[in-house]
Amino acid sequence: MSEAEKKQEFNITIYTENQIGLLSRIAIIFTRRKINIDSLNTSPSEIESIHRFNIVINEYEEVVRKLTRQIEKQVEVLKAYYHTNEDVIWQELALYKVSTDVIAEKVSVERLLRENGARAVVIRKDYTVFETTGHREETDNLINILQPYGLIEFVRSARVAIIKDSEGFNSKLREFERLEPGEDVIENEYLNQGEKVFTM
Amino acid sequence: METAQETLTAPAATETVHVSGSVALLEALIAEGTDTIFGYPGGAIMPIYDALFDYNDKLNHILVRHEQGGIHAGQGYARTSGKVGVVFATSGPGATNLVTGLADAQIDSTPLVCITGQVFAHLLGTDAFQETDVINITTPVTKWNYQITDATEIPEVIAKAFYIARSGRPGPVLIDITKNAQIQLFDFAGYKPCDHIRSYRPKPIVRPQYIEQAAKLINSAQKPFILFGQGVILGSAEQEFKAFVEKSGIPAAWTVLGAGAIPTDHPLNVGMLGMHGNYGPNVLTNECDVLIAIGMRFDDRVTGRLDKYAKQAKVIHLDIDPAEIDKNVKSTVPVWGDCKETLPLLTKAIEKKEYPEWLAKFNDYTRQEVEAVIHNELNPTTPEMTMGEVIKQLNEITKGEAVIVTDVGQHQMVACRYAQFNNTRSNVTSGGLGTMGFALPAAIGAKFGAPNRTVVAIIGDGGFQMTCQELGTIMQSGVDVKIVILNNRFLGMVRQWQELFNSRRYSFVDIQSPDFVALAAAYRIPGKLVDDRADLNAALNEMLNTPGSFLLEVMVTKENNVFPMVPQGCSVSEIRLK
Repeated sequence: MSEAEKKQEFNITIYTENQIGLLSRIAIIFTRRKINIDSLNTSPSEIESIHRFNIVINEYEEVVRKLTRQIEKQVEVLKAYYHTNEDVIWQELALYKVSTDVIAEKVSVERLLRENGARAVVIRKDYTVFETTGHREETDNLINILQPYGLIEFVRSARVAIIKDSEGFNSKLREFERLEPGEDVIENEYLNQGEKVFTM
Repeated sequence: METAQETLTAPAATETVHVSGSVALLEALIAEGTDTIFGYPGGAIMPIYDALFDYNDKLNHILVRHEQGGIHAGQGYARTSGKVGVVFATSGPGATNLVTGLADAQIDSTPLVCITGQVFAHLLGTDAFQETDVINITTPVTKWNYQITDATEIPEVIAKAFYIARSGRPGPVLIDITKNAQIQLFDFAGYKPCDHIRSYRPKPIVRPQYIEQAAKLINSAQKPFILFGQGVILGSAEQEFKAFVEKSGIPAAWTVLGAGAIPTDHPLNVGMLGMHGNYGPNVLTNECDVLIAIGMRFDDRVTGRLDKYAKQAKVIHLDIDPAEIDKNVKSTVPVWGDCKETLPLLTKAIEKKEYPEWLAKFNDYTRQEVEAVIHNELNPTTPEMTMGEVIKQLNEITKGEAVIVTDVGQHQMVACRYAQFNNTRSNVTSGGLGTMGFALPAAIGAKFGAPNRTVVAIIGDGGFQMTCQELGTIMQSGVDVKIVILNNRFLGMVRQWQELFNSRRYSFVDIQSPDFVALAAAYRIPGKLVDDRADLNAALNEMLNTPGSFLLEVMVTKENNVFPMVPQGCSVSEIRLK
């Protein structure tokens, strides 16, 4: 199968106004097509009053392209982009709760955790909570390692991602605030089939 | 009173008036050019209705009989007038009764602003009386919605609502106003319309290189074909479109919602697209070399099987909605923009041409279709009448000048195929959603939107019974709507499918109807029943010449099928003539 014909992970980045109900509006665009959202992060962006969404799904590129256009169509959405994992820098946070006795008794565990870049967030008499930041495989790896020693609880955060070749949203926002759209650099999405970023 | 009202919409920069949210709302509506409201009162919208009581001279409120009737009326009004339809409904069941109409307006891109009342803000989320989560229920079926809980938000939100409803690709907007916001007094500094929302770009700057590429393709085409839809009408680009068609010499076919954008009898108008469209346009879609789609979205009823649709052609897609381009059909040249702007640029760039041989092919298919289907439909020799002959006679009397409002089903397809449209905004029907019961209320709204035109509603016996309570609206408002019920004693379209695909297993499609003429008489509306061809013409004339509304029931043949037909899942080339 060619690249375009198999499902892969896509990171969808959306800049929106900070509006109640917008999360629902965006979510239904996925549920309507019976697509599962693997990860969803929404938080204030670097610009005041602008919110940033990061959504991860596993789909065909054709579908993701159409989804992104439908998302961008929503009135309160400023821009929506989609990228594969290669085109973004991404991190996920994970917290692990382990019994403190195990850590104290088994020195190898402590070394293991240090080697995996885990740092202790909280140390109590009966439990210790560790935190790692990284990619899915690293996180899963550590879970597998800790399981035999008694992993009490585990939680994984949503993914946050930064697009590799972006200039940030500030200049784009100035464009939006102008009454008439400016003469953008013409991004030839249609003529240049390789382009993934859709813009005006 | 007069001076106070006059200063409300045009105050000096620092002047404010102390008014309620309701009054501010009504002033905002007037400032946006609203003159007609279709609505139904209720507890949660009472303050607005109380304020409305003083606006009789400025706002014409039509009391409907069901909120769904109200919103369909708003749609009809928007379709014939080109303005934004305004609908009022109360909270709870009133708001939920709007959902069908919102979905219909959303999929058919009709500009509407619906105002719903809502319980007091402090009661939200408590399952109060007539409280529903309207915003969440209507999110998937509106272009935008918003809940106002403070009166100070009203002027700005209403301005945004109208701007969003009418700009770019139009759509329905719902504004939910809690009762406290309706009552609350605040300092209203006058209404300022909205012309810019930073996160919303209704239309782009046209990229000239796409126009150039499109023109190059068109100029080198041997068998070009234009498909046009409602976008031409929504963009008010009928003149620009006609100029484009006439200079390019390219045959043009229409979608159901695009009917009338150019007159039916224009020499380059080659017919209707779609599942029940004309023979030629469907078959020749798969023979053309350049396909120019203008203001149409390649709906599945038009394309049939997408993997066998125009694969041989280079596609130029002119549309204002970027999500529609490349959604169903991959385009070679996407001309994203407002067709009122893109069409003149394209017209300038193309050469003046004619395609006599290519056009002759369309005429040839038309001849075949006339022989196989059309002639018998319009000039039947059977004892019972056909739907087609009723439309034909109607055309002769109205001379193609009337607004035709259709419901959904076989009669809709027959009316859209055979009606004559000389003017734009003449075909009002539920296209994308196919809502039965649309026609009667929509005809009411259509007449209010175009009071100087004759409005004829063509409705089936099934669809009529879905919203017949709106006869009460006709009675009370005195509106002049001509109603033709084509009664075949069946839910015709479903029966046709059951005949063709389910071995005639007529599962619950034979529907019994009341005496429609007696029903109309109960609503003080004159009517007549016709079941003999000899009486048809006189009855139609009587209907059109009687002042005020009139209901004409015509008994048509029970088991007639609409052909041609592209069966579901088939390619447009596999269109059946019988």
